[in-house]
Amino acid sequence: MPINADQVRHVARLSRIALTPQETERFTEQLDHVLEYVRQLQRLDTTHVEPAFHVLPMMNVMREDRRAASLPAEAVAQLAPDHQGSFVRVPLVVDDGA
Amino acid sequence: MTGGTELIWSEAATLVAQLRAGRLQPPDVTRSLLDHIRRVEPSLHAYVRLHDDAEAAARALGSSPNGHLLWGLPIAIKDNICIQGKPTTCASRILDGFVPPYSATVVERLRAAGAVIVGQTNMDEFAFGSSTETSCYGITRNPWDTERIPGGSSGGSAAAVAAGEAFVALGSDTGGSIRQPAALCGVTGIKPTYGRVSRYGLVAFGSSLDQIGPIARSVADVALVLQVIAGHDPKDATSADVPVPDYSRSLVDDVHGMRLGIPREYFVSGGIDPEVEAAVRAAIDQLVALGATAVPISLPHTEYAISIYYLTATAEASSNLSRFDGIQYGFRAKSKAAGKKGGDLLALYEQTRDQGFGDEAKRRILLGTYALSAGYYDAYYLKAQEVRALVKRDFEQAFQACDCIVTPTTPTAAFKIGEKMSDPLSMYLSDIYTISANLAGVPAMSLPCGMTRNGLPIGLQLSAKPFDEPALFRVGHTYQQHTDWHRHRPPLANSDTRLKTQDARRGKSSG
Repeated sequence: MPINADQVRHVARLSRIALTPQETERFTEQLDHVLEYVRQLQRLDTTHVEPAFHVLPMMNVMREDRRAASLPAEAVAQLAPDHQGSFVRVPLVVDDGA
Repeated sequence: MTGGTELIWSEAATLVAQLRAGRLQPPDVTRSLLDHIRRVEPSLHAYVRLHDDAEAAARALGSSPNGHLLWGLPIAIKDNICIQGKPTTCASRILDGFVPPYSATVVERLRAAGAVIVGQTNMDEFAFGSSTETSCYGITRNPWDTERIPGGSSGGSAAAVAAGEAFVALGSDTGGSIRQPAALCGVTGIKPTYGRVSRYGLVAFGSSLDQIGPIARSVADVALVLQVIAGHDPKDATSADVPVPDYSRSLVDDVHGMRLGIPREYFVSGGIDPEVEAAVRAAIDQLVALGATAVPISLPHTEYAISIYYLTATAEASSNLSRFDGIQYGFRAKSKAAGKKGGDLLALYEQTRDQGFGDEAKRRILLGTYALSAGYYDAYYLKAQEVRALVKRDFEQAFQACDCIVTPTTPTAAFKIGEKMSDPLSMYLSDIYTISANLAGVPAMSLPCGMTRNGLPIGLQLSAKPFDEPALFRVGHTYQQHTDWHRHRPPLANSDTRLKTQDARRGKSSG
């Protein structure tokens, strides 16, 4: 099941990356090459193997629900390319109907 | 060791001993290092940023070491570890202008121990690469041969240490990014056990694989710095609440009774350069002569490591990098469409990410998104995690028969600049010996064990059970008591004439 340009365009849309036609063509070829290689995994029977998403025997690390100091909102908002006081300004997302 | 040049080449542990004894002053050491950096840097470009305030920070340490382990020691930090008030960009355009409002836990711990941060080192963009060629600031050159890559992704950190531009540098390792450049630059570097060092403030790449670790000139130096940065951190839920042993107790000259596992899958003919194999086998023989025993072992799923890695790491990266959207921080594309109201937010995201990410970052985000997407998740991502469990089991079984696994760090010495850039898969394959340690979460260290006929360093990799860094230090330190590979210096940094010529030809390249 080789990957084709339509699938790369679909994945690029999911990834929120605009690709030029040249990029699409190049990445399709390169990704196909990589996917062909990684398909070696299909050779192994893993029917009774539990997946190892993580290597440490740790689950659900809990802590006390206690208030602690956090970064000042203004300092964080200032990181945004467009900000005002402690707010991040974003382009209008919902049409106001005007 | 008091002369200017000799001071630059001292080992960190020796230097700190002199500082703490009052024989050297922190501002003098930092100034000497910065002078050397300015001489060497134009031909290498190991740093992306030098800190103007480093000397002042050294002066602010005052005159009493108060038992601080790294008092007055200058240190370099990879550009993906946050330092409050200093731009931290992962060598990516998309983080252009980002100045973290907090410091990584490792940075806090280094400073609390008296270290002085002198600058930030070059790397592959977001640590995606094995050659430091994908940095938005341009390449770093290997001090041993400036036509060759220093390895990656922590190529700036390794090159800096090799060229006398740093005594110690922090790197990060997701699939070999500390060990591979350490091997190719002839220095010592460790990827600690997953969870040993806090990842708080490390810009995330592959969250189940990433670890921060030191690169330095000797095993003793690496152990000294790990002592400071290791340990549980409430700010990183994946940092392990396991006591940190006193690593200095492992710095012994004694490998009697140590069982060294030699995995047959790492010495397959055709897969490894004969010069690398000969150097590694000679190192094993030497360790056996010093009292260790060599045990043949098998890590049967080694051939699947790269496939597992490039599905797991890209899947995690595609998720981690979704936060770079042109809204919250860093670079935002300027476009007319992006300014219009209603529905154009998507265009802003897409254009920001197209312009902000380099090719390798895009490839990895696309591959990871594909592996996680509907219809492919089971076949790619889930399958990779199942085979990862088999790799982990391989290590658990191997460590029943041995205390330390000994292998080459890389299949070849440093390759030429540009050699693998057009073929991503061939670049990925250069990580074949380092990736498994990340998949299994075990600690692994690379140290120099020889030189090729062309004068390029060769690395020896040691791996141990989770949290058994002491075994690595014991074997590695013993080896370095009987060899001097780690004391070799690259010709470049000693040749002022050559430096000046290159300087004039290339101009100042520091960003």
